[in-house]
Amino acid sequence: MAQVTLENVSKHFVSKRSTEVVAVRDFNLKIEDKEFVVFVGPSGCGKTTTLRMIAGLEEITDGKIYIGDRLINRIPAKDRDIAMVFQNYALYPHMTVYDNLAFSLEMRKFSKEEINQRVREAADLLEISELLERKPKQLSGGQRQRVAVGRTIVRKPQVFLFDEPLSNLDAKLRVQMRGELKKLHERLASTIIYVTHDQVEAMTMGDRIVVMKDGLIQQVGRPLDLYFHPINKFVAGFIGSPTMNFMEGKLLASNQKLYVETDGMRLRIPEEKAGRLQGYVNKKVTLGIRPQDLSKASSPIEGETFKAQVEIIEPIGNEIYLDVKAGRDSLIASVDPKTKVNLHEEILLQASLENIHLFNVEDEKNLL
Amino acid sequence: MRESFWQKILKFYLPLALFIIFLLFPFYWMFNTSLKPMKELYNLKLNPFYIHNPTLANVKTLLFETIFFRWMFNTFFVAILSTAISLSTSLLAAYAIQRLKFKTSGPTGLVIFFGYLIPPTILFIPLATIIFDLKLWDSLWSLVLVYPTFLIPFCTWLLMGYFKSIPKEMEECAMIDGASRLRVFWRIIIPLCLPGIFSAGIFAFTLSWNEFLYALAFISTTESKTAPIGLVTELVRGDVYHWGPLMTGALFASVPVALVYSFFVEHYVAGLTGALKE
Repeated sequence: MAQVTLENVSKHFVSKRSTEVVAVRDFNLKIEDKEFVVFVGPSGCGKTTTLRMIAGLEEITDGKIYIGDRLINRIPAKDRDIAMVFQNYALYPHMTVYDNLAFSLEMRKFSKEEINQRVREAADLLEISELLERKPKQLSGGQRQRVAVGRTIVRKPQVFLFDEPLSNLDAKLRVQMRGELKKLHERLASTIIYVTHDQVEAMTMGDRIVVMKDGLIQQVGRPLDLYFHPINKFVAGFIGSPTMNFMEGKLLASNQKLYVETDGMRLRIPEEKAGRLQGYVNKKVTLGIRPQDLSKASSPIEGETFKAQVEIIEPIGNEIYLDVKAGRDSLIASVDPKTKVNLHEEILLQASLENIHLFNVEDEKNLL
Repeated sequence: MRESFWQKILKFYLPLALFIIFLLFPFYWMFNTSLKPMKELYNLKLNPFYIHNPTLANVKTLLFETIFFRWMFNTFFVAILSTAISLSTSLLAAYAIQRLKFKTSGPTGLVIFFGYLIPPTILFIPLATIIFDLKLWDSLWSLVLVYPTFLIPFCTWLLMGYFKSIPKEMEECAMIDGASRLRVFWRIIIPLCLPGIFSAGIFAFTLSWNEFLYALAFISTTESKTAPIGLVTELVRGDVYHWGPLMTGALFASVPVALVYSFFVEHYVAGLTGALKE
């Protein structure tokens, strides 16, 4: 097992019209031994390219990648001691499950007994022992997934790479496999780098999450750090479901207190945070409130509640999503399932002030 | 709405029957002619679709008065060797063009295709000079060498399309698993491409089997002729057509091709449509 270090790694492509496209820019990250790190971001953000550079499937334009202390820039994929699970599993369709699992060991010239033992071990661990004689096309999606994972663990590599491995599974199976992969990580005690576009997957699985956009790292942190302290508007909007509500607003001072005022609301900034905002008084800001930080209030509280018109009611079960309109702004509130609301009713919503976010309008950085 | 019986006959079986008759008629005609005595062949008063006095005389003439077996052997020899050369070359070429993204991979593919478009009627003159210089004139090896000039381009194009249908991840996965490029080719690509390889092989074999122009131009000794040339040059004497043995020879010579097709027809179709079943 080993740590993975990326130093100023960049990847440039030359597109078909011979213009240069930068897929990954100045990527710096140190992944600790036995850590489960998730790269997350919208499609085209460079997360898969980064993973492929670590795997050795993509040349590195600039920068250095180390596995352990070994610089691997020029080392071919087969000698990097990594294993990878692909999005479409890439099982070899003409081989049985057993041969699929054994392939990498055969290539490395392990003895027959050793191969047999390791394949059986992996098959036991993943509960696919009774499938060993089947061909991939005779397997269900979940079973193929297991075989793909099994193929990586037989070799006991230093680093596991996962490229959106769950995106071809149905929702229920995805939740199940999520748990199993996490358990597997614990059991193997290995370094895992996992790429996904699904923030829920990222939040639930990762020890640490790397949020990327346009080839740049936006923020690296533990799941809840990203959730509560997003560094900018992009991370705030990307992490959390439903996404954070954003509204144009203005910062105002009155009676020695700071308020953020939008078209439909006027919220007080908690005093301990107000200090950081002195330079922004009377300037435009973007206000961000997570749907979970809104609740229905019975009576108005100055600087905390605002009026909103209910437009859509979506009961999820454990919560109700209300699509409401406050002034010109549309937002979503996630309220207690027992809350009584009627369509088109005007209600009072209360914002949890400690959890509101303010973003700079120009560079979209979090001001709090 | 279900089609009625008559509708089905009209729309399906009738066109199918016409098509089959159209396709099989030449074979029937060859078979018919091969069993007729000469007298009957030239008697215009008899029904030409029926054999009145069947005879094996034509078969006897073909097998014992010409060296038909030798010609068949020659044809086999040339067809199998040139197919083997073409397949092994095209496999490597198609893979390289499709997967090793070198700078000129696109243009190379195109140039190979253009090579296929040049007609043999233009090519055989320069090729003849080359064959002469190589001192291969009147030798079967000249055909073994020349046939790949039109087989390789087509096979390469067919296999390129086939390689394209194999997910790249499968190769990448094998490489991470520790296989070298050649190992990947041998263990992953070739087994997955078998249908494509079959169809390219059948195509190459059939074309070399039936090839006429080069064989006619480059071979002149009777012992070195291939079946299509041997039959036409030895059984058409001056302006006398020995229809009986000629047709018998044509029928016998078409048997191997028909056999090859019927054994591999499923692979052939799968190969041409580039269908990879996962």
